[in-house]
Amino acid sequence: MIDLNTIWFLLVGVLLTGYAILDGFDLGVGALHLLTKSDKDRRLSINSIGPVWDGNEVWLITAGGALFAAFPDVYATVFSGFYSAFMLLLFVLIFRAVAIEFRSKQESKRWRAAWDKAFSISSIVIALLMGVALGNIVTGIPLAQNKEFIGSFISLLNPFALLVGITTVSLFMMHGAIYLVMKTEEELQTQVRGWVNNTIIFFVICFVTTTMATLIYYPQMVNHFKEMPALFLIAILNMLAIANIPREIYKGNEFRAFFSSAASIALLMVLFAIGIFPNLVLSNPNPEYSLTIYNAASSQKTLMIMLIMAIIGIPFVLAYTIVIHKVFKGKVKLDDTSY
Amino acid sequence: MDTEILARLQFAFTIGFHYIYPPLSIGLGVLLVLMEGMYLKTKNKTYENITRFWIKIFALIFAIGVATGIVMEFEFGTNWASYSRFVGDVFGSALAAEGIFAFFLESGFLAILVFGWKKVSPRMHFFSTLMVSLGSMLSAVWIVVANSWQQTPAGYHLVENGGISRAEITDFWAMIFNPSSVDRLLHTLSGAWLAGAFLVISVSAFYLLKNKHIDFAKKSIKLGLVLAIFASLFQLFTGHHSALGISENQPAKLAAFEGHFETKSAPLYLFGWVNEKEQKVNFGIGIPGMLSYMVYGDFQKPIKGLNDFKPDEIPPVNIVFQTYHFMVAIGFTLIGISILSLLFLRKEKLFTKKWMLKILVLSVILPQIANQLGWMSAEIGRQPWIVYNLLKTKDALSKSVSSEEIIFSLILFTLIYAFLFILFIFLLDRKIKHGPDEISEADAVYSEQKSIFNKSNNRELHS
Repeated sequence: MIDLNTIWFLLVGVLLTGYAILDGFDLGVGALHLLTKSDKDRRLSINSIGPVWDGNEVWLITAGGALFAAFPDVYATVFSGFYSAFMLLLFVLIFRAVAIEFRSKQESKRWRAAWDKAFSISSIVIALLMGVALGNIVTGIPLAQNKEFIGSFISLLNPFALLVGITTVSLFMMHGAIYLVMKTEEELQTQVRGWVNNTIIFFVICFVTTTMATLIYYPQMVNHFKEMPALFLIAILNMLAIANIPREIYKGNEFRAFFSSAASIALLMVLFAIGIFPNLVLSNPNPEYSLTIYNAASSQKTLMIMLIMAIIGIPFVLAYTIVIHKVFKGKVKLDDTSY
Repeated sequence: MDTEILARLQFAFTIGFHYIYPPLSIGLGVLLVLMEGMYLKTKNKTYENITRFWIKIFALIFAIGVATGIVMEFEFGTNWASYSRFVGDVFGSALAAEGIFAFFLESGFLAILVFGWKKVSPRMHFFSTLMVSLGSMLSAVWIVVANSWQQTPAGYHLVENGGISRAEITDFWAMIFNPSSVDRLLHTLSGAWLAGAFLVISVSAFYLLKNKHIDFAKKSIKLGLVLAIFASLFQLFTGHHSALGISENQPAKLAAFEGHFETKSAPLYLFGWVNEKEQKVNFGIGIPGMLSYMVYGDFQKPIKGLNDFKPDEIPPVNIVFQTYHFMVAIGFTLIGISILSLLFLRKEKLFTKKWMLKILVLSVILPQIANQLGWMSAEIGRQPWIVYNLLKTKDALSKSVSSEEIIFSLILFTLIYAFLFILFIFLLDRKIKHGPDEISEADAVYSEQKSIFNKSNNRELHS
């Protein structure tokens, strides 16, 4: 029988996965933004994510809220421990929102070029920082017995964490490129199709390197896979999902390609979750101080109340996420409501 | 500087800046429902122009609200980790509920509002407007509930684990309907409605003064005034109820509101300056016994003074006194402005009274100031507690964060928020100067005929 703590481990994971899939494509579009050259193409690029980007960020807010409620000690330790990193993240998140809102508000070329750069660089930095945070969960961070972080900001920027950061950037670039193929047409689409292959190659290289580094330096991530060999199927599925992307792009099934890419993000998150379970934050050194889904959780009563709220709320969330994406289905066009 | 002051400064600054925007979107959201409702009912194009124009403004406000809101969602953990550990079980669930029940609704349907004019039917568009407005208010519900629990904790018990104690929920509904949530929610909502109403009123008055977009401005200002009249009077009622609740649940805060030191019959001050050393109110004009009357219905009945609390358990008095009294004064001013405008409107003089219109243009700032002051008096009045009678602010900080780190982030936020604010004002100004895209009735009919004409022309050419 699965207990409430495990359910909330899964639910926080679902929210973060939702965030990675949704904000992932708009961060990816941002990361690729400077590759488009003409003003019209750049407007198309921004407007392809125009109606949805702030809705996508709501997933991050909700994941933050759910983490706070379900695992307050993790929320407190990670957010205060990664203080400077999170402040930097917040800074670029705001900066990026500003760039999207203000870029097309002036005709001036220099104005637009400056905001284009701001939009693109901040998208890359956000993806990088998110990856660095995930990387540190794998490596473990120094925790004291009272659950407080006792390391430094610089120690968070270790090579492995940076590698995971770059991998995240490459993953979102791939995902964003596929989204753009789905949203664009004619010349721009032809150009973007080319990016898809390059970003897949970039991602696969990063992914393989990260996997090797994990196996060599952090073998504890594979313990559950050794205990239950069936879990390896997930790794295979993940590779199949990635392999399916160029195939669908070639056949012109853009939506299926996007779906494959989303599936590969979800599967990567699953692999990560299996690797760390039941730890949420590994303590390194002193693994006995690690924050787990049990010692860092809220009371059973609260977890139950929140589960009821999630069961009521999530169908609604899914319903209108789907409705809205249906309304904006199809190619992006510029009109008087565009950015 | 020590980390407590810095962390409080940072929180006050970021929440104060954030709180410019959500009240505007809550108030404007209600007006959008009225505006688009009028359009659907009358099919009058002006109402469509009004709705379209204000949706653009709404989107701008919402975008900044989201961006600064993410900061708030993170800041409990970054700067107030010990607080987060203590309240996560209770406060966290309200915050998570806000995400699940409010944010998705608001942000999702907003996309249809802004970008969906041509993609969905008018009814669906109106439905989206309703959902956005509902979402913005639900968000207020959850966050005010969470904050009210900090003011008047209920439905919890303290559990100790490894020497660290924390609050855990025992009764969910008692936590939600804690003694102050309903009063404070209604008070916050009416403050938000005023912010939205006076934004619309101000911009419309500006157009009337400039003799531009007259039909647009007249219709907008009427809708704004309807909400302003209702909200300003309702505010009086909710404010009174909040004060009664405070007298019962947070007597030290009430005493600080009125600079009341000795336990005896208390006056109600119109204004004054509290001398905390000598424990008296200087330059004060007040109605003797009025506070006692408002709380107990008896001019003579004593009200507990600050001296009867432990000296380290009372808030700083003068700042709470000043913020509270300024807020009340603005509240009454807004009632006056609303009623006067309504009288002029009924005599059909409002649109020609230049001085009145000028006042209305400037009045946009009043609800904003009152909202900020109201929060300051509520939150400073709760000091030294972060959770009333349970956890002190000084014990709520993050243990692993140094003052240098907070200074660094404070500078970062000051920079980006200054930047954000300048751009907000710049864009708002541009949108207002640009005005509504006027699609007049005649134009609409004309363009329709033109397109029919073109189609028939094309058909002839092709045949």
